[in-house]
Amino acid sequence: MSDPATLVELCKTPLDALHRRRGARMTPFAGYDMPLHYASGIVAEHLHTREKAGLFDVSHLGQAILAGDGAAHLLETLAPADIEELAPETTRYTQFLDDDGNILDDLMVTRLPGREERLFLVVNAATKAWDFALLKAGFPKLGLDVLQDRAFLALQGPHAAAVLAAVLPGVADMPFMGWRMCDHEGCSLFVSRSGYTGEDGFEISLPAPIAPSFAERLLAHPDVAPIGLGARDTLRLEAGLCLYGHDIDRTTNPIEAGLLWSIGKRRRQQGGFPGFERIRAAIDGGPSRLRVGLLPEAKTPVREGATLFSKDGTIVGRVTSGGFSPSLARPIAMGYVERGFLEPGSLLATEVRGKPMEMRVTRLPFVPHRFFRG
Amino acid sequence: MTGLRYTKDHEYVRVDGDIAVIGITDYAQAQLGDIVFIELPAAGKQIAKGQELAVVESVKAASEVYAPVSGEVFEINAELGTAPAIVNEDPMGKGWFVKLRMAEPAELALLMDQRAYESLVQGC
Repeated sequence: MSDPATLVELCKTPLDALHRRRGARMTPFAGYDMPLHYASGIVAEHLHTREKAGLFDVSHLGQAILAGDGAAHLLETLAPADIEELAPETTRYTQFLDDDGNILDDLMVTRLPGREERLFLVVNAATKAWDFALLKAGFPKLGLDVLQDRAFLALQGPHAAAVLAAVLPGVADMPFMGWRMCDHEGCSLFVSRSGYTGEDGFEISLPAPIAPSFAERLLAHPDVAPIGLGARDTLRLEAGLCLYGHDIDRTTNPIEAGLLWSIGKRRRQQGGFPGFERIRAAIDGGPSRLRVGLLPEAKTPVREGATLFSKDGTIVGRVTSGGFSPSLARPIAMGYVERGFLEPGSLLATEVRGKPMEMRVTRLPFVPHRFFRG
Repeated sequence: MTGLRYTKDHEYVRVDGDIAVIGITDYAQAQLGDIVFIELPAAGKQIAKGQELAVVESVKAASEVYAPVSGEVFEINAELGTAPAIVNEDPMGKGWFVKLRMAEPAELALLMDQRAYESLVQGC
């Protein structure tokens, strides 16, 4: 076997035994042995999440608390979101940027309640060691507590609120991107009303030892099914959400990625984050390319890496995520397309296994978001 | 020669006179997961043993299916165009891909029989 994943010991999440007991097909992902899907398969898991509720083990994600006076101000020197004015118990999406304004990672930031200034960070698995090293080196006066002993679950779907409220009373009233600490059997759970599927739902950080029993308790509800990484990917693609390392990376900036909404108004004017001049130029002049939805005209999925051409054969973009949409029962994709070719409905050419195909530019998301809006 | 023959790449051949009915095994469909699209060759196409016969797109990825024997494409399973999931449900029956009119029936002798294939799958 030449697969490098077989040469190193994979990390296991606290739910490893649960996955195996429930018949998961496991796959290496970002150094972890993760469930790709369970017995029912990716399509059934995807549709179940859209119809009822799906439980995802995302314990591979990096969790940490950055604490100390000026933590929000200092984090703003790395990320363009408005973090200083982030209210306690609210969560915001942002990105770590490099000096060119390109994306080093994307993350969720929550301001924790209490007198001490504390930020709860959730970062990608593949980049977490690098992210935490950056924070430690950059902010020696702040404390960085990497929460290695906590699991992370996501409960997503239209029934998620009712299911979780039966275990954690009151969570159904939380606003979208709200956060709260919940006591459960003597343990502290961090619950945010957020997710990566486009559905209403919650993300739950909890101590590793109680994670299996807590997960089983949620799974005991007839509306809840365990969902693997396969459906996590198809759900987020339908929702038009970026996957780090694919749709966003060190070659893309947040403006061309369509993430301007995540940059606070104050930050757009005042800057103070890496690559500000380039980001401001992209905001003022419009980006030279933009992440858009792409609908293959044929039934063949067009996958990541496919080159997009204009009618005259010029390269005008590339696919960064592509596959099959279980909700729409058709192939979908997204990718970067140069200015001038962004008009929804316009056709671009590509190739799959040497065969010419056409893709139609479309708006994102493919499936409307159904976040909780009170 | 009649009956079922298999390749190490999990294709099967059901022999009926000089016609080889070709598909993928139950093990293969389970490994691929939900199949969403199948690219089949045109009827009349000449295909040599080992050449690409079809491409199976699952939710996850595209996988090639190679011709276990040489021959001319005699018939394709048109139903797979609208309902590729048939391959997940009944790979050895309604989920067949292609019927080849064999050019070299002697090639069948190089394929695995049921017992050899079962022991291969058990070792996977």
